[in-house]
This record gives sequence, C-alpha cells and structure tokens, in this order.
Amino acid sequence: MSTSKTAYGFEFGLLILVLLSSFLLSVSLGSVSIPFSDTIKILVGGTVENTSWRYILMDYRLPKAFTAILVGGGLAVSGLVMQTLFRNPLAGPFVLGISSGASLGAAMLLMGSALFTRYIFMETANDISMSVAASLGSFLVLSIVVTMANKVRDTMTLLIIGLMFGSITAALVSVLAYFSDAAQLQRFIFWSFGSVGSLSWSQVGVLACTVAAGLVCAVLAIKSLNALLMGELYAKSLGVPLKKFKTLIIVATGLLAGGITAFAGPIAFVGLAVPHLTRQLITTMDHRILIPAVFLYGAILMLLCDTVSQLPNSAKVLPINAITSLIGAPVVIWLLVRKRKLLF
Amino acid sequence: MDKPVNVVTSKALEIGYGKTTVAKNINFSVAAGELCAIVGINGIGKSTLLRTLGHLQPKISGEIWQDAEQIEALKPEALARKISVVLTEPLASKNLSVAELIGLGRQPYTNWIGSLTEKDKQHVQASMAALELTGLKERKCHELSDGQLQRALIARAMAQDTPTILLDEPTSHLDLHHKVQILKLLKELADNHHKTIVFTTHEIDLAIQLCDKILVLNGKSNPFGKPHELIAQGAFDAIFPSETIQFDAQSGSFRIRK
Repeated sequence: MSTSKTAYGFEFGLLILVLLSSFLLSVSLGSVSIPFSDTIKILVGGTVENTSWRYILMDYRLPKAFTAILVGGGLAVSGLVMQTLFRNPLAGPFVLGISSGASLGAAMLLMGSALFTRYIFMETANDISMSVAASLGSFLVLSIVVTMANKVRDTMTLLIIGLMFGSITAALVSVLAYFSDAAQLQRFIFWSFGSVGSLSWSQVGVLACTVAAGLVCAVLAIKSLNALLMGELYAKSLGVPLKKFKTLIIVATGLLAGGITAFAGPIAFVGLAVPHLTRQLITTMDHRILIPAVFLYGAILMLLCDTVSQLPNSAKVLPINAITSLIGAPVVIWLLVRKRKLLF
Repeated sequence: MDKPVNVVTSKALEIGYGKTTVAKNINFSVAAGELCAIVGINGIGKSTLLRTLGHLQPKISGEIWQDAEQIEALKPEALARKISVVLTEPLASKNLSVAELIGLGRQPYTNWIGSLTEKDKQHVQASMAALELTGLKERKCHELSDGQLQRALIARAMAQDTPTILLDEPTSHLDLHHKVQILKLLKELADNHHKTIVFTTHEIDLAIQLCDKILVLNGKSNPFGKPHELIAQGAFDAIFPSETIQFDAQSGSFRIRK
C-alpha cells in the first residue's frame, strides 16, 4: 500500500514538535505557578531553591503528562481500528458502549463488593485488579457488539445497539450504586468524571504496559486492517484470516480502551474524533502511517485538554470529560456538516 | 513459451446458504485464455455462484477444482495467489486512492506489515498502465466515475497476479460504451495475459458476441458451452418468460414481444 510517494515526513515532524510543546506547556502550567525557566531546570536535573516545586513537577505533573499521552494516544488508536473493523466512521470506544463496559467492570469492582464479597474485593481493589476488571468489562461488550455487527450491517443500527449497551450498563451501575455506601459511591463518581491526574509512577507503569500491549496487537493487525478497507469479502479473497484478525482487534481495543478507562475513567470523544482530525492532516488510508499519526494527535489533544481542565493558576480542576466533550462533539458536527459525510 | 493450463471446473455443484439451495447441478470447465460469462435471470444465483467459486462462501455439495486441486484444500494465502475477485459490494472505504487500492492487490505476496517491494511496485505500475489509470493514481475512489472505479477494481485484481479472475457484474451501472470497453478489456486479459476469466452479467447479447464460453443458469439443466452451440440448443430461449421477451437466434439478441 506504500505506493504513495510522500512518507509524510513534514506532518510527522510537525506532530512531534507540537507534542513536545504541549508536553512542556502541560508540565509548566498548573495550580501552583512555577516559572518556566525553573521548570526546565528541574526537568533537566538541575536544582532549584523551592524544593516543593521539584516534588510537584516530578511526582505530580510529569506522571500526569505521561498519563495524558498514553490515554489520548491509546484511545485515538482504539477509535481508529474500530472504525476500520466496523467499517463505520462513527465507531469509537465511547459510542459503541465499550467504555460503558469498562465502567461496568470498574463499578462491579468498586461497588459490587457491597453486594457480594465485601471482604475479599475491598482489599484487592488495587490498580491491577481495577485494570483487569475494566478490561474484562470492555472485552465483554466488545465481543457482543462484534457478534451483533456480523448480523446487522447497517451503520445506524450498530450505533443504536452501542447506545443501548450504554443504557444497560448505566442502569446496572445505578443499581450497584443504590446498594453501595457513600465512600464507594464517591470513589466511583470521581472515577467516572475522568481524570489523567493522581496516578503514581507505578500506576503509570501499569498503564504504559497495558497500552503498549494494545498497540502491539494493533500493529500486528496493520496488514489485515488495510485489507479490510475494501470490505470483508475482499479481505477474505486476499487471504486475510478474518477470525484471527477480529480476535486480535478485540484484544487490542479491549486492552487500550479497557485499560485506559480503568485508570482515567470513561473519556468521551477522543477515540471518535481524533482519527477524523488526523485525516484532515494526512490523506492516506494506510494504517502504517495512520496508527502512529493518530497516536501523536490523540496525545497532543489530551495534553491540551488536561492543561485547560487544570485551570492554570487556580486550585480548581474541571472534569476532563467535560472538556473532551466540549471539543469533540462540535468537531464531529463540523465534520458532518462541512464534509456532508464522514469518509473513512 | 509454455502457456499455463489453469482450468476452473465445477462438478455437480450445489450452491446456497446453509440448507437453502439457490442452484444445483452446475457443471462447467473454463481453461486459461478463455472468457466465460454466467448469465441468467435475477435471483437465479449468479452472484452466489461467483462467491462460491471464489471460496468466499461455502458450497452445499459438489466439487470446485482449480487445476488439480479442490479449492477447499488450499490455504487462504495460497488461494489468494490463485483467484482474485471483483465484487458488486461497494468498497468499505471510498477514501482509498487508486494507487493504494491497486497496491492492496499485492497483499498475498507482501511481508507481515504489507510493504511493497520493487517487484510489487512493478506489478502495480503494470496493472495501472494496462487499464489506463496512471493519470488517476492519486485520485480517491469517491472521486472516480463508475467506469473508472470498475477499471481500478479490475486493475487491483490484475495486480494480485492470479491465473483466475472472477468478476461479479462488472458492467452494471455503465453505459453501453463503457460496458463494451470493460468486456473487451476482459477479453484482452484472457487472450494476451492468458487468464481464466469468469464473470456474471446481464448483457447476454454482448456476451454472445465476445465470450468463449457461456454458462446459462436456468434453474434446471444449466447448459454450458460455446455461444453458437448454446444458440443451436435453444438455451437462451427459456431464460426469460416468453410472454415478455423472445430470443432471436438469427441476430443473437433479445426482442421485446409486442
């Protein structure tokens, strides 16, 4: 598929440059005002007079920035592969109910303990079990949606099914909420607002491994993803092992969307909007180019959204879901109106 | 130079979906360098047969041979080097460029990530040149006319470099000029590139003029043979209900019954 001559060197250079700038912007802005020169000094390992600045930067802002990169990039890639898998420009982890599945998994872990085994789960509701529960939840919903997608070929029907799954999981979550105590409920509600902050370095490490595993699966599926751009029958005629490939994509999306949702909460619109935004910059459909480009674009967008949600120089933090929705939803509307239809 | 033999054969083939039979008793054999049309009324099973021949859907019973092997015995990748297809289902992504689309035809030969080697690129260039698409290679598929898109799809099948090419209604949605252009092109592919080409069509009179063999699906005996033999047998007379259309053996075309 590499018949296009340009390797998109300029576009990638631009994306990397903007990513670095957004990264610096994100770590230099926050509730505590730290001079930019001191920020740089701390980052390159120098010493500054105010030692609490060093603590804020190294143990709060840096892990937060890395989380934003992993979350934005990972969600965007999961959106891209889902759009190709479902041959549906409106597919994404949030729209198809995969994030809801992850929410259900998280809710079962955080609040379900009240219903069932209070003692076993409360002790083990750590990072890893949270990640596993959310991933399992998204695998479950994703598998059901994939099965249904084989029966209904229609774009709209599939989206409505995804929407219904969102409703079902929301209902189950509220049942769980009814039976859980205030502290558990609060923990879940804060989680559901979405946040890339408050992760320790070890949590960032777990998240990075999950995202990396998901990305490896996506990269292994590149050739089949490209074949699927023509449609399922054509892909089959090219020798693509469809079942193996679908499993690979389900694992990739489950790890990416599930793992990320476990740590950062259900974050809306990044998975859906970023692939389309990237296609405004890069015109090829080749996943070898699109996957890295979409990852970079998603990382940039998430860093910027997080910077905005921190309301620089104030102690207030807005829910990041509000910011991504405020940016993402108009983008989708704009694309629909201006381009008439979303091509993918 | 030895010419490849490649023969596509079906014996007592029964096709359909699950337990529902669409057509049965299908017997034919098409050799390399031959152009074969599958004709018949709507819903008789032309597309089902074509997809079954390409192993895109399972047969119910009978045999399909690609040379000395039954297609079910071939691994997916090996089959992809034997048979390429042009289908009626629209491309999932109309945002592919012509060059990207044709490049995808090389997938059975590329490495795990699908990089095109120099040899692959030569095949892509040659297919583009053969179908006069070189000037359109950067165009997106949604910017092409129906005729151009059909040519791009045929070029993609050609780039797959298979001895057999199956095409499902390659001439639908085209005007007479472009229909004839596509059919002559298929004839040329069969003659000059020594391919085995099987396609479904509603253009029976054009098929009679151009094809080496025709398979008539009529729901019963499904006659197969050279066009003039079939005319002599009266195989075309019963394709359509006789109160609307009549076959004129003299001119090899259909007449509306007034």
